[in-house]
Amino acid sequence: MYQAISPYVPVLILILLAVLFGVVTLLIAWLVRPNAPYSEKLSPYECGVEPLQPGKLRMSIRFFVIVLLFLLFDVEAVFMYPWAVMYKPLGWWGFIEMALFVIILFVGYIYAWLKGALEWE
Amino acid sequence: MDVLMSDILTALIRIIVVFALALLTVAYLTYLERKVIGHMQVRMGPMRVGPHGLLQPIADGLKLFFKEDIVPTEGYRLTFYFAPILCLVCALILFAVIPFDAKFMISRLNIGLLYILSIASVGVMGIILAGWSSGSKYSLLGGLRSAAQIFSYEIFLGFSLMGPLMIAGSLDLVKIVEAQSVPFIVYQPVAFVIYLIAALGEINRVPFDLPEAESELVAGFHTEYSGMKFAYFFLAEYANMIIVSAIATIVFLAGWKGPILPGWMWFLIKMFIFIYFFIWVRATFPRYRYDQFMRIGWKIMLPLVLANIFVTGVVILFIGGY
Repeated sequence: MYQAISPYVPVLILILLAVLFGVVTLLIAWLVRPNAPYSEKLSPYECGVEPLQPGKLRMSIRFFVIVLLFLLFDVEAVFMYPWAVMYKPLGWWGFIEMALFVIILFVGYIYAWLKGALEWE
Repeated sequence: MDVLMSDILTALIRIIVVFALALLTVAYLTYLERKVIGHMQVRMGPMRVGPHGLLQPIADGLKLFFKEDIVPTEGYRLTFYFAPILCLVCALILFAVIPFDAKFMISRLNIGLLYILSIASVGVMGIILAGWSSGSKYSLLGGLRSAAQIFSYEIFLGFSLMGPLMIAGSLDLVKIVEAQSVPFIVYQPVAFVIYLIAALGEINRVPFDLPEAESELVAGFHTEYSGMKFAYFFLAEYANMIIVSAIATIVFLAGWKGPILPGWMWFLIKMFIFIYFFIWVRATFPRYRYDQFMRIGWKIMLPLVLANIFVTGVVILFIGGY
Protein backbone atom coordinates (compact mmCIF):
# COMPACT_ATOMS: atom_id res chain seq x y z
CA MET A 1 0.00 0.00 0.00
CA TYR A 2 2.57 2.56 1.11
CA GLN A 3 6.10 2.29 -0.23
CA ALA A 4 8.13 4.64 1.95
CA ILE A 5 6.37 4.52 5.32
CA SER A 6 5.55 1.72 7.72
CA PRO A 7 1.85 0.73 7.77
CA TYR A 8 1.74 1.86 11.40
CA VAL A 9 2.41 5.50 10.55
CA PRO A 10 -1.12 6.19 9.23
CA VAL A 11 -2.52 4.49 12.34
CA LEU A 12 -0.42 6.79 14.48
CA ILE A 13 -1.63 9.85 12.56
CA LEU A 14 -5.22 8.70 13.05
CA ILE A 15 -4.65 8.27 16.80
CA LEU A 16 -3.20 11.79 17.04
CA LEU A 17 -6.10 13.18 15.03
CA ALA A 18 -8.68 11.41 17.19
CA VAL A 19 -7.09 12.67 20.43
CA LEU A 20 -6.90 16.17 18.96
CA PHE A 21 -10.56 16.01 17.93
CA GLY A 22 -11.61 14.91 21.42
CA VAL A 23 -9.61 17.53 23.30
CA VAL A 24 -10.21 20.47 20.96
CA THR A 25 -13.97 19.92 20.79
CA LEU A 26 -14.12 19.88 24.60
CA LEU A 27 -12.05 23.07 24.74
CA ILE A 28 -14.26 24.91 22.24
CA ALA A 29 -17.36 23.73 24.09
CA TRP A 30 -15.76 25.07 27.28
CA LEU A 31 -15.51 28.51 25.66
CA VAL A 32 -19.13 28.73 24.53
CA ARG A 33 -21.15 26.90 27.18
CA PRO A 34 -22.71 28.51 30.26
CA ASN A 35 -21.27 27.82 33.69
CA ALA A 36 -23.46 28.44 36.73
CA PRO A 37 -22.79 25.79 39.35
CA TYR A 38 -24.35 25.61 42.81
CA SER A 39 -24.06 22.92 45.42
CA GLU A 40 -27.38 21.16 44.72
CA LYS A 41 -26.58 20.92 41.05
CA LEU A 42 -23.16 19.46 41.73
CA SER A 43 -24.26 16.81 44.22
CA PRO A 44 -24.37 13.23 42.89
CA TYR A 45 -27.72 12.15 41.45
CA GLU A 46 -29.97 10.28 43.87
CA CYS A 47 -33.54 10.41 42.53
CA GLY A 48 -34.09 13.93 43.86
CA VAL A 49 -33.28 13.42 47.54
CA GLU A 50 -30.11 14.27 49.46
CA PRO A 51 -27.43 11.58 48.92
CA LEU A 52 -27.69 9.05 51.75
CA GLN A 53 -24.20 7.56 51.72
CA PRO A 54 -20.95 8.48 50.00
CA GLY A 55 -20.81 7.32 46.40
CA LYS A 56 -17.91 4.96 46.92
CA LEU A 57 -19.68 1.72 47.70
CA ARG A 58 -18.19 -1.62 48.54
CA MET A 59 -18.46 -3.88 45.55
CA SER A 60 -19.55 -7.47 45.25
CA ILE A 61 -16.67 -9.96 45.24
CA ARG A 62 -18.34 -11.71 42.27
CA PHE A 63 -17.03 -9.00 39.95
CA PHE A 64 -13.49 -9.73 41.12
CA VAL A 65 -13.93 -13.47 40.54
CA ILE A 66 -15.29 -12.86 37.04
CA VAL A 67 -12.33 -10.66 36.15
CA LEU A 68 -9.94 -13.35 37.43
CA LEU A 69 -11.66 -15.90 35.18
CA PHE A 70 -11.46 -13.42 32.32
CA LEU A 71 -7.72 -13.15 32.84
CA LEU A 72 -7.39 -16.91 32.66
CA PHE A 73 -9.33 -17.27 29.43
CA ASP A 74 -7.94 -14.17 27.81
CA VAL A 75 -4.43 -15.52 28.22
CA GLU A 76 -5.71 -18.67 26.57
CA ALA A 77 -7.15 -16.59 23.73
CA VAL A 78 -3.88 -14.69 23.26
CA PHE A 79 -2.05 -18.00 23.04
CA MET A 80 -4.59 -19.33 20.54
CA TYR A 81 -4.36 -16.50 17.97
CA PRO A 82 -0.92 -17.39 16.62
CA TRP A 83 -1.87 -21.05 16.82
CA ALA A 84 -5.06 -20.46 14.79
CA VAL A 85 -3.14 -18.52 12.14
CA MET A 86 -0.52 -21.29 11.81
CA TYR A 87 -3.05 -24.09 12.19
CA LYS A 88 -2.74 -25.75 8.77
CA PRO A 89 1.09 -25.88 8.72
CA LEU A 90 1.16 -27.29 12.28
CA GLY A 91 -1.14 -30.19 11.45
CA TRP A 92 -2.04 -32.91 13.97
CA TRP A 93 0.75 -31.98 16.41
CA GLY A 94 -0.61 -28.49 16.75
CA PHE A 95 -4.07 -29.89 17.34
CA ILE A 96 -2.92 -32.30 20.07
CA GLU A 97 -0.82 -29.71 21.86
CA MET A 98 -3.63 -27.16 21.91
CA ALA A 99 -6.08 -29.87 23.03
CA LEU A 100 -3.82 -30.63 26.02
CA PHE A 101 -3.59 -26.93 26.88
CA VAL A 102 -7.35 -26.42 26.63
CA ILE A 103 -8.05 -29.55 28.71
CA ILE A 104 -5.83 -28.24 31.53
CA LEU A 105 -7.68 -24.92 31.44
CA PHE A 106 -11.01 -26.71 31.24
CA VAL A 107 -10.27 -28.51 34.52
CA GLY A 108 -9.91 -25.10 36.13
CA TYR A 109 -13.13 -23.98 34.48
CA ILE A 110 -15.03 -27.00 35.87
CA TYR A 111 -13.53 -26.33 39.30
CA ALA A 112 -14.73 -22.72 39.18
CA TRP A 113 -18.16 -23.91 38.07
CA LEU A 114 -18.42 -26.49 40.92
CA LYS A 115 -17.23 -23.91 43.47
CA GLY A 116 -20.10 -21.66 42.37
CA ALA A 117 -17.99 -18.86 40.88
CA LEU A 118 -20.37 -18.63 37.92
CA GLU A 119 -23.55 -18.31 40.02
CA TRP A 120 -25.21 -14.93 40.60
CA GLU A 121 -27.79 -14.87 43.36
CA MET B 1 11.58 12.01 -0.86
CA ASP B 2 8.77 12.34 -3.41
CA VAL B 3 7.56 8.85 -2.60
CA LEU B 4 7.56 9.69 1.11
CA MET B 5 5.58 12.88 0.57
CA SER B 6 3.03 11.22 -1.70
CA ASP B 7 2.65 8.36 0.80
CA ILE B 8 1.96 10.71 3.68
CA LEU B 9 -0.40 12.74 1.52
CA THR B 10 -2.37 9.62 0.48
CA ALA B 11 -2.51 8.53 4.09
CA LEU B 12 -3.76 11.94 5.23
CA ILE B 13 -6.45 12.11 2.54
CA ARG B 14 -7.66 8.63 3.41
CA ILE B 15 -7.66 9.39 7.13
CA ILE B 16 -9.65 12.59 6.68
CA VAL B 17 -12.20 10.93 4.36
CA VAL B 18 -12.73 7.97 6.69
CA PHE B 19 -12.75 10.15 9.80
CA ALA B 20 -15.32 12.60 8.43
CA LEU B 21 -17.54 9.87 7.00
CA ALA B 22 -17.32 7.89 10.24
CA LEU B 23 -18.42 10.88 12.34
CA LEU B 24 -21.24 11.68 9.91
CA THR B 25 -22.45 8.08 9.83
CA VAL B 26 -22.33 7.87 13.60
CA ALA B 27 -24.40 11.04 13.90
CA TYR B 28 -26.96 9.78 11.42
CA LEU B 29 -27.11 6.34 13.02
CA THR B 30 -28.87 7.94 15.99
CA TYR B 31 -31.42 9.33 13.53
CA LEU B 32 -31.75 5.98 11.74
CA GLU B 33 -32.25 4.19 15.03
CA ARG B 34 -34.96 6.55 16.25
CA LYS B 35 -36.70 6.48 12.89
CA VAL B 36 -36.61 2.68 12.51
CA ILE B 37 -37.74 2.01 16.07
CA GLY B 38 -40.42 4.66 15.67
CA HIS B 39 -41.85 2.99 12.60
CA MET B 40 -41.62 -0.44 14.24
CA GLN B 41 -43.79 0.93 17.05
CA VAL B 42 -46.20 2.62 14.57
CA ARG B 43 -44.88 6.11 15.34
CA MET B 44 -43.22 8.57 13.00
CA GLY B 45 -39.97 9.12 14.90
CA PRO B 46 -38.34 12.58 14.76
CA MET B 47 -40.27 14.81 12.31
CA ARG B 48 -39.85 18.44 13.42
CA VAL B 49 -36.30 19.51 12.52
CA GLY B 50 -36.00 19.71 8.76
CA PRO B 51 -37.89 17.52 6.26
CA HIS B 52 -38.72 14.22 7.99
CA GLY B 53 -36.50 15.31 10.88
CA LEU B 54 -33.36 14.97 8.75
CA LEU B 55 -31.54 17.73 10.62
CA GLN B 56 -32.27 16.17 14.02
CA PRO B 57 -28.73 14.79 14.64
CA ILE B 58 -27.23 18.24 13.93
CA ALA B 59 -29.71 19.89 16.30
CA ASP B 60 -28.91 17.28 18.96
CA GLY B 61 -25.19 17.82 18.50
CA LEU B 62 -25.51 21.59 18.79
CA LYS B 63 -27.67 21.27 21.88
CA LEU B 64 -25.13 19.02 23.60
CA PHE B 65 -22.34 21.35 22.52
CA PHE B 66 -23.92 24.33 24.29
CA LYS B 67 -24.93 22.44 27.44
CA GLU B 68 -23.41 23.22 30.81
CA ASP B 69 -20.72 20.83 31.91
CA ILE B 70 -21.14 19.43 35.42
CA VAL B 71 -18.49 17.67 37.51
CA PRO B 72 -20.09 16.17 40.65
CA THR B 73 -18.55 17.22 43.96
CA GLU B 74 -17.46 13.71 44.86
CA GLY B 75 -15.98 12.98 41.46
CA TYR B 76 -12.32 12.85 40.46
CA ARG B 77 -12.00 15.74 38.05
CA LEU B 78 -9.09 14.60 35.89
CA THR B 79 -10.32 11.03 35.42
CA PHE B 80 -13.82 12.35 34.86
CA TYR B 81 -12.60 14.27 31.83
CA PHE B 82 -10.21 11.57 30.67
CA ALA B 83 -12.75 8.72 30.53
CA PRO B 84 -15.02 9.95 27.70
CA ILE B 85 -12.03 11.02 25.60
CA LEU B 86 -10.51 7.55 26.02
CA CYS B 87 -13.79 5.92 24.99
CA LEU B 88 -14.13 8.11 21.92
CA VAL B 89 -10.52 7.80 20.78
CA CYS B 90 -10.55 4.01 21.14
CA ALA B 91 -13.74 3.78 19.11
CA LEU B 92 -12.56 6.10 16.32
CA ILE B 93 -9.09 4.63 15.80
CA LEU B 94 -10.62 1.21 15.15
CA PHE B 95 -11.50 2.48 11.67
CA ALA B 96 -7.78 2.45 10.79
CA VAL B 97 -7.71 -1.16 9.57
CA ILE B 98 -11.22 -1.67 8.16
CA PRO B 99 -10.92 -2.49 4.44
CA PHE B 100 -13.93 -0.85 2.78
CA ASP B 101 -12.77 -2.14 -0.57
CA ALA B 102 -9.93 -4.22 -1.97
CA LYS B 103 -7.87 -1.01 -2.22
CA PHE B 104 -9.43 1.54 0.11
CA MET B 105 -8.37 1.39 3.74
CA ILE B 106 -6.32 3.70 5.94
CA SER B 107 -3.66 1.10 6.57
CA ARG B 108 -3.20 -2.59 5.98
CA LEU B 109 -1.73 -4.21 9.08
CA ASN B 110 -0.82 -7.88 9.02
CA ILE B 111 -2.30 -8.14 12.53
CA GLY B 112 -5.52 -6.25 11.69
CA LEU B 113 -7.93 -8.40 13.68
CA LEU B 114 -5.65 -8.47 16.72
CA TYR B 115 -5.36 -4.67 16.54
CA ILE B 116 -9.14 -4.32 16.63
CA LEU B 117 -9.63 -6.72 19.53
CA SER B 118 -6.86 -5.16 21.61
CA ILE B 119 -7.94 -1.54 21.06
CA ALA B 120 -11.52 -2.54 21.84
CA SER B 121 -10.30 -3.92 25.19
CA VAL B 122 -8.68 -0.59 26.02
CA GLY B 123 -11.98 1.16 25.28
CA VAL B 124 -13.60 -0.72 28.16
CA MET B 125 -11.26 1.04 30.57
CA GLY B 126 -12.95 4.33 29.68
CA ILE B 127 -16.30 2.96 30.86
CA ILE B 128 -14.85 1.63 34.11
CA LEU B 129 -13.04 4.91 34.79
CA ALA B 130 -16.22 6.87 34.02
CA GLY B 131 -18.21 4.78 36.50
CA TRP B 132 -15.56 5.03 39.18
CA SER B 133 -14.68 8.71 38.85
CA SER B 134 -18.28 9.99 38.94
CA GLY B 135 -18.57 9.46 42.68
CA SER B 136 -22.16 8.30 42.31
CA LYS B 137 -23.69 4.97 43.28
CA TYR B 138 -25.46 4.38 39.99
CA SER B 139 -22.38 5.19 37.99
CA LEU B 140 -20.19 2.87 40.03
CA LEU B 141 -22.66 -0.01 39.79
CA GLY B 142 -23.08 0.58 36.07
CA GLY B 143 -19.32 0.70 35.57
CA LEU B 144 -18.75 -2.52 37.50
CA ARG B 145 -21.51 -4.35 35.65
CA SER B 146 -20.18 -3.09 32.40
CA ALA B 147 -16.67 -4.27 33.23
CA ALA B 148 -17.80 -7.78 34.13
CA GLN B 149 -20.07 -7.94 31.10
CA ILE B 150 -17.63 -6.71 28.51
CA PHE B 151 -14.78 -8.78 29.91
CA SER B 152 -16.94 -11.92 29.81
CA TYR B 153 -18.26 -11.37 26.31
CA GLU B 154 -14.93 -10.34 24.92
CA ILE B 155 -13.73 -13.89 25.49
CA PHE B 156 -16.53 -15.38 23.41
CA LEU B 157 -16.11 -12.71 20.78
CA GLY B 158 -12.43 -13.59 20.45
CA PHE B 159 -13.04 -17.34 20.45
CA SER B 160 -15.85 -17.13 17.89
CA LEU B 161 -13.45 -15.49 15.42
CA MET B 162 -10.96 -18.33 15.93
CA GLY B 163 -12.75 -20.76 13.58
CA PRO B 164 -12.68 -18.42 10.54
CA LEU B 165 -9.08 -17.55 11.42
CA MET B 166 -8.07 -21.21 11.30
CA ILE B 167 -9.58 -21.54 7.81
CA ALA B 168 -8.15 -18.23 6.51
CA GLY B 169 -4.76 -18.68 8.17
CA SER B 170 -4.13 -14.95 8.62
CA LEU B 171 -4.98 -12.03 10.89
CA ASP B 172 -4.79 -9.62 7.96
CA LEU B 173 -8.36 -8.49 7.23
CA VAL B 174 -7.69 -8.25 3.49
CA LYS B 175 -6.36 -11.81 3.38
CA ILE B 176 -9.34 -13.04 5.41
CA VAL B 177 -11.68 -11.61 2.78
CA GLU B 178 -9.57 -12.98 -0.08
CA ALA B 179 -9.68 -16.46 1.48
CA GLN B 180 -13.48 -16.51 1.21
CA SER B 181 -14.49 -17.93 -2.16
CA VAL B 182 -17.54 -19.04 -0.20
CA PRO B 183 -18.47 -16.73 2.72
CA PHE B 184 -17.37 -18.20 6.06
CA ILE B 185 -20.94 -18.02 7.34
CA VAL B 186 -21.51 -21.26 5.39
CA TYR B 187 -18.62 -23.09 7.09
CA GLN B 188 -19.02 -21.45 10.50
CA PRO B 189 -22.73 -20.93 11.28
CA VAL B 190 -22.26 -21.62 15.01
CA ALA B 191 -19.39 -19.16 15.26
CA PHE B 192 -21.49 -16.58 13.41
CA VAL B 193 -24.42 -16.84 15.84
CA ILE B 194 -22.10 -16.71 18.84
CA TYR B 195 -20.32 -13.70 17.34
CA LEU B 196 -23.61 -11.82 16.94
CA ILE B 197 -24.69 -12.54 20.53
CA ALA B 198 -21.25 -11.65 21.92
CA ALA B 199 -21.24 -8.47 19.84
CA LEU B 200 -24.54 -7.40 21.36
CA GLY B 201 -22.99 -7.91 24.80
CA GLU B 202 -19.76 -6.17 23.84
CA ILE B 203 -21.39 -2.97 22.59
CA ASN B 204 -23.96 -2.77 25.42
CA ARG B 205 -27.03 -3.04 23.23
CA VAL B 206 -30.47 -4.31 24.14
CA PRO B 207 -31.09 -7.10 25.23
CA PHE B 208 -27.71 -6.89 27.01
CA ASP B 209 -27.65 -3.18 27.89
CA LEU B 210 -27.33 -3.95 31.60
CA PRO B 211 -24.66 -1.31 32.32
CA GLU B 212 -27.15 1.44 31.51
CA ALA B 213 -30.38 -0.34 32.41
CA GLU B 214 -32.42 2.85 32.76
CA SER B 215 -35.19 1.32 34.86
CA GLU B 216 -32.81 0.21 37.64
CA LEU B 217 -29.59 2.22 37.28
CA VAL B 218 -30.85 5.57 35.90
CA ALA B 219 -28.27 5.59 33.09
CA GLY B 220 -25.44 3.47 34.45
CA PHE B 221 -21.92 4.75 34.00
CA HIS B 222 -22.90 8.03 32.30
CA THR B 223 -25.49 9.14 34.87
CA GLU B 224 -23.39 12.11 35.96
CA TYR B 225 -22.19 13.14 32.51
CA SER B 226 -23.59 16.11 30.62
CA GLY B 227 -22.87 18.14 27.53
CA MET B 228 -20.09 17.19 25.16
CA LYS B 229 -18.68 14.47 27.42
CA PHE B 230 -22.03 12.71 27.31
CA ALA B 231 -22.01 13.05 23.54
CA TYR B 232 -18.60 11.34 23.42
CA PHE B 233 -20.00 8.23 25.08
CA PHE B 234 -22.80 8.18 22.54
CA LEU B 235 -20.44 8.65 19.62
CA ALA B 236 -18.23 5.85 20.96
CA GLU B 237 -21.18 3.51 21.37
CA TYR B 238 -22.43 4.01 17.82
CA ALA B 239 -18.94 3.91 16.35
CA ASN B 240 -18.43 0.57 18.10
CA MET B 241 -21.69 -0.63 16.57
CA ILE B 242 -20.36 0.21 13.09
CA ILE B 243 -17.05 -1.53 13.81
CA VAL B 244 -18.72 -4.69 15.11
CA SER B 245 -20.90 -4.79 11.99
CA ALA B 246 -17.89 -4.21 9.76
CA ILE B 247 -15.99 -7.08 11.39
CA ALA B 248 -18.97 -9.38 10.96
CA THR B 249 -19.11 -8.37 7.30
CA ILE B 250 -15.40 -8.97 6.76
CA VAL B 251 -15.04 -12.23 8.63
CA PHE B 252 -18.34 -13.95 7.88
CA LEU B 253 -19.87 -12.35 4.77
CA ALA B 254 -16.80 -12.00 2.52
CA GLY B 255 -16.45 -8.22 2.90
CA TRP B 256 -16.49 -6.31 -0.37
CA LYS B 257 -17.00 -9.37 -2.60
CA GLY B 258 -20.17 -9.52 -4.67
CA PRO B 259 -21.39 -9.39 -8.28
CA ILE B 260 -22.09 -6.31 -10.47
CA LEU B 261 -21.95 -3.51 -7.87
CA PRO B 262 -18.58 -1.98 -6.89
CA GLY B 263 -16.86 -3.43 -3.81
CA TRP B 264 -17.36 -0.59 -1.36
CA MET B 265 -21.09 -0.60 -2.10
CA TRP B 266 -21.33 -4.31 -1.26
CA PHE B 267 -19.38 -3.67 1.91
CA LEU B 268 -21.75 -0.90 3.01
CA ILE B 269 -24.86 -2.92 2.11
CA LYS B 270 -23.68 -5.90 4.16
CA MET B 271 -22.60 -3.66 7.03
CA PHE B 272 -25.94 -1.88 7.18
CA ILE B 273 -27.75 -5.22 7.23
CA PHE B 274 -25.99 -5.89 10.54
CA ILE B 275 -26.63 -2.39 11.85
CA TYR B 276 -30.30 -2.77 10.96
CA PHE B 277 -30.29 -6.13 12.74
CA PHE B 278 -28.95 -4.53 15.93
CA ILE B 279 -31.64 -1.84 15.80
CA TRP B 280 -34.30 -4.45 15.10
CA VAL B 281 -33.18 -6.49 18.10
CA ARG B 282 -33.48 -3.39 20.25
CA ALA B 283 -37.07 -2.87 19.15
CA THR B 284 -37.98 -6.51 19.73
CA PHE B 285 -36.42 -7.98 22.86
CA PRO B 286 -36.78 -7.13 26.55
CA ARG B 287 -33.68 -6.77 28.71
CA TYR B 288 -32.07 -9.84 30.26
CA ARG B 289 -31.58 -10.18 33.98
CA TYR B 290 -27.94 -9.96 35.03
CA ASP B 291 -27.65 -13.49 36.45
CA GLN B 292 -29.31 -14.97 33.35
CA PHE B 293 -26.97 -12.98 31.17
CA MET B 294 -23.84 -14.21 32.96
CA ARG B 295 -25.13 -17.78 32.97
CA ILE B 296 -25.71 -17.78 29.21
CA GLY B 297 -22.21 -16.47 28.70
CA TRP B 298 -20.17 -18.64 31.00
CA LYS B 299 -22.16 -21.87 31.05
CA ILE B 300 -23.50 -22.18 27.49
CA MET B 301 -21.51 -19.99 25.12
CA LEU B 302 -18.02 -20.80 26.41
CA PRO B 303 -18.29 -24.63 26.06
CA LEU B 304 -20.11 -24.15 22.76
CA VAL B 305 -17.46 -21.89 21.29
CA LEU B 306 -14.62 -24.18 22.41
CA ALA B 307 -16.46 -27.14 20.88
CA ASN B 308 -16.77 -25.16 17.65
CA ILE B 309 -13.00 -24.60 17.54
CA PHE B 310 -12.43 -28.31 18.25
CA VAL B 311 -14.79 -29.47 15.50
CA THR B 312 -13.34 -26.96 13.03
CA GLY B 313 -9.85 -28.20 13.84
CA VAL B 314 -10.74 -31.86 13.30
CA VAL B 315 -12.60 -31.16 10.05
CA ILE B 316 -9.75 -29.07 8.62
CA LEU B 317 -7.25 -31.83 9.38
CA PHE B 318 -9.41 -34.56 7.84
CA ILE B 319 -10.34 -32.64 4.70
CA GLY B 320 -6.97 -30.95 4.43
CA GLY B 321 -8.32 -27.42 4.23
CA TYR B 322 -11.40 -26.07 2.52
